[in-house]
Amino acid sequence: MIMDDNRDSAAKRTFSATARLLSALKLDGPLLVSLGLLALYALIVQYSASGQSLDTVMRTLMRLGLGTMAMIALAHSGPNFLRSLAPWLYGAGIALLLVVDAIGYVGKGAQRWLDLGLIRFQPSEIMKLAVPMMAAAFMHERPLPPAWRNLLVLAVIIILPVGLVAMQPDLGTAVLIFATGALVVLMAGLQWQVIAGLVVAAGGLGVIGWNFLHDYQRQRIRIFLDPQSDPLGSGYHIIQSQIAIGSGGLFGKGWMNGSQAQLEFLPERSTDFIFAVIGEEFGLLGLLVLLLLYLFIVSRSLFLATQASGTFARLLASSLALTFFVYVFINAGMVSGLLPVVGVPLPLISYGGTSVVTLLAGFGILMGLYSHRKLVNS
Amino acid sequence: MRIKDQWNEQRIFSSRSFAALVVMGLLSVALIGKLVWLQIIRHGYYVELSQGNRVRQDPIPASRGLILDRRGKILVDNEPAFQLELIREQTPDLTGTLRRLADLGLIDKGDMVALRRLILARRIFDSVPLRLRLTEEEIGRFAVHRHEFQGVELRARQTRHYPYGELAVHALGYVAAVSEDDLERIDRPGYAGTTLIGKLGVESAYESQLHGLNGYRQILVNAQGRSVDRQGAYQPELRAEAPAPGKDLVLSIDLPTQQAAEAALGEQRGAVVAIDPANGDVLALVSHPGFDPSVFGRGLTTSEYAQLTSNEDKPLLNRALRGAYPSGSTIKPVMALAGLTYKLIDPDKRQFCDGQFHLPGSSHLYREGKGGKHGNVDLVDAVARSCDVYFYSLAAQIGVERIASFAAQFGLGALTGIDISGEKPGLLPTPEWKQKVYKQIWYPGETVNLGVGQGYLLVTPLQLAHMAAILAGRGQSFQPRVVMGVRDSAGNIERSAAISVPGATGISSDAWALVVKGMLGATTYGTAAAISKEARYSIAGKTGTAQVYSVAQNAKYNAKTVSDKLRDHAWFIAFAPAETPRIAVCVLVENGGFGASAAAPIARRVMDAYLLDDPSGAKTTGGKP
Repeated sequence: MIMDDNRDSAAKRTFSATARLLSALKLDGPLLVSLGLLALYALIVQYSASGQSLDTVMRTLMRLGLGTMAMIALAHSGPNFLRSLAPWLYGAGIALLLVVDAIGYVGKGAQRWLDLGLIRFQPSEIMKLAVPMMAAAFMHERPLPPAWRNLLVLAVIIILPVGLVAMQPDLGTAVLIFATGALVVLMAGLQWQVIAGLVVAAGGLGVIGWNFLHDYQRQRIRIFLDPQSDPLGSGYHIIQSQIAIGSGGLFGKGWMNGSQAQLEFLPERSTDFIFAVIGEEFGLLGLLVLLLLYLFIVSRSLFLATQASGTFARLLASSLALTFFVYVFINAGMVSGLLPVVGVPLPLISYGGTSVVTLLAGFGILMGLYSHRKLVNS
Repeated sequence: MRIKDQWNEQRIFSSRSFAALVVMGLLSVALIGKLVWLQIIRHGYYVELSQGNRVRQDPIPASRGLILDRRGKILVDNEPAFQLELIREQTPDLTGTLRRLADLGLIDKGDMVALRRLILARRIFDSVPLRLRLTEEEIGRFAVHRHEFQGVELRARQTRHYPYGELAVHALGYVAAVSEDDLERIDRPGYAGTTLIGKLGVESAYESQLHGLNGYRQILVNAQGRSVDRQGAYQPELRAEAPAPGKDLVLSIDLPTQQAAEAALGEQRGAVVAIDPANGDVLALVSHPGFDPSVFGRGLTTSEYAQLTSNEDKPLLNRALRGAYPSGSTIKPVMALAGLTYKLIDPDKRQFCDGQFHLPGSSHLYREGKGGKHGNVDLVDAVARSCDVYFYSLAAQIGVERIASFAAQFGLGALTGIDISGEKPGLLPTPEWKQKVYKQIWYPGETVNLGVGQGYLLVTPLQLAHMAAILAGRGQSFQPRVVMGVRDSAGNIERSAAISVPGATGISSDAWALVVKGMLGATTYGTAAAISKEARYSIAGKTGTAQVYSVAQNAKYNAKTVSDKLRDHAWFIAFAPAETPRIAVCVLVENGGFGASAAAPIARRVMDAYLLDDPSGAKTTGGKP
């Protein structure tokens, strides 16, 4: 019994020490653990999807480390600092996007990267954080739900960077940036009637817009509706990924045994289409585990958002939480054939890009907004 | 302006968070629904698709059947060689790839266009041979540059090997790369993986039996179609079907006889055909000059081919089957038989030959071919000594219509039906034929010329050998054949039955005896007396000299003064032993001059080879080599 007591108290001591450390770091335990599990999952899948490349795994570990540092740093900066930072970050982001678009225009090609010599980064990634920060900051002092006039300003804040990114052209990132801003507006209490009206209007615009689309653009939509119509062209990706997922069955073919992925039938297997690799090698069960992990992360984040104090903190935190879900849903929907193919990676699982760093930075902001709640209230 | 209502805002935010959770839940259900559809309900369907994706059929060519002589000696077999193959699906820039291969000297520049068309005619995933039989040096040269040639690979394949080189090439034929034209008539899937196809002779005529059935092996491929080893622990069940090798053909050709015939003909242009009169087996078939069949198997460049086709001596021409020449006096035994059968001559009655003949009421002189006079000759003498005057007169009596119908019984003017292709029918002229072709009537003088095998009459060496065989068989006729059976994998020979065809009928045995006597006379005291010297068997033969051009009236023909190409063609037909013939031979020497001196000795050596060299071996035609 004495032994048990000792062990019990030792465990308690360890636990409380960890809690104190997390608290000092302004981090949330459950969210951190679930993100850690997701990262582990990512490394396991990437090793297989990259064709057993340890190099890939090491680079992902490096990015995770970089993202964790950004997370810790941003968790320390409170809502007030972030709110004051928002216009500057937003302004700088717009300026960089203009530069990138200009270079792309001059170079007559798609341009997403900005080469700063030492590092190359995508200004569009900044906007994934800057747009919700700017929108939330704008609504902080203004009453909810947003008035018409404010709605117009919000629309400009959102559409400007979305347009610039779409021109690069990077439809996937544009959709995500739009989602981060739109979610702020939705969480700010935009009336359901207005939402319904906008949806109807968008639908109408879509019908009218169809007539203005180029033939190749219409073709893309047709192929989304019926991938078999172009099995070796654009439809190839989606057909192969459906074959991968479908042939995985309930339990999957086993780690590193997915023939679709290992024999390179599946395009972009370690990046945008890694969801199909999981489906093929780990089956429906593997995908359900992944989705549950994602849903837990989003729910926990949303919970943290509701606990945050102040309009800015709540709107920004909830937008970041829900954007994460949008990420997951768009990628999984695209790979499984539920949505058209747009270049959106599976968050924290797909290899490469700066999105790992941006995402972890976003979670850092989210945790910081939560852990700084008392300071604001008091 | 409204003021901020903290409590109301908190309420709005909570309700929106709840709404967001509901929407997320619904979307998740939709996503999971889609996954269940793919992974549970349609699982089987997608498993099948993924199987088809990564498993490809790789053809295994069947090994081509061997070709053996009648005693089982291998005349044609297979040997491994490296060849350059290209798969269009894996080649990003076909034209550029071919050009760079030409720059490396691995393919001929002149072949690029044809190769490109051939590749485009094949299926996109077929491996198309570009060059066969690479030399060691070429293999090395390609290996160094291999990385520059995506889709081009070196592969070890079986190629055809002709151990005796040019021997019997016009009978055996050759193989060459499957061409665009071939693709039109073959079963393409059945030829997937097959490099070579028979082009002439036995190789072509018996293509379907020699080819066999290609097998296949399923291989694991990635999306680029590259064969890969198993990936990770993934090890699928791969099926394979072994190819069924082609059948080995047993030829009626007798190797020593064939070799003797080729050696005897030497460097002269001409042909030798030997047939077994008892069954139509072709014992030797020579057409000289020939060519090395293996050059086609390694891939002949356009310029090399041009060299072969432009050669004055026409090595590609199968003289035995396609060379049509006037028969000369070799037709005389048939004319004699016709005269006897139509009862137009008394064989014992002697006619006087003064070296020239003219039709009643005409001043046109028909001369004795070689000049000179034979004096008084009877039928046997006329055959033995080849008296033209005797046969001028006889032909005029028989008449062209009867000559044509009688000679047709000996296979003249028609295809013999030999089992290799390309044969020409020659020409057995009739008044109808002349009217049709020249719009002219038949002149009596033309019948006179026909009597000694000149004029319009054209025969091939094969036809004369066939005729000699019918003479040997006393009218019995068999379709000549080069292939007499097949050998199965166990080594058992399945002989096909000889094909009997209508021969010469209605000829009395007395007539046969007289004509054979005349032919025996030819080789003992007549025109070809020299060839029976020290022969251990009796030879019935007939010489012939086919004029290349007509000698002007009154002018004396002198072989020495005309250029080589204008010299007469020399013929000799024979069968032996005369009483129970086992071999019938026809020899043609182009521009050889007189049949007796140029052609007859060759026939003797052929008959010696067959009748004297290991006669037991000639009879027992079965057994393993």
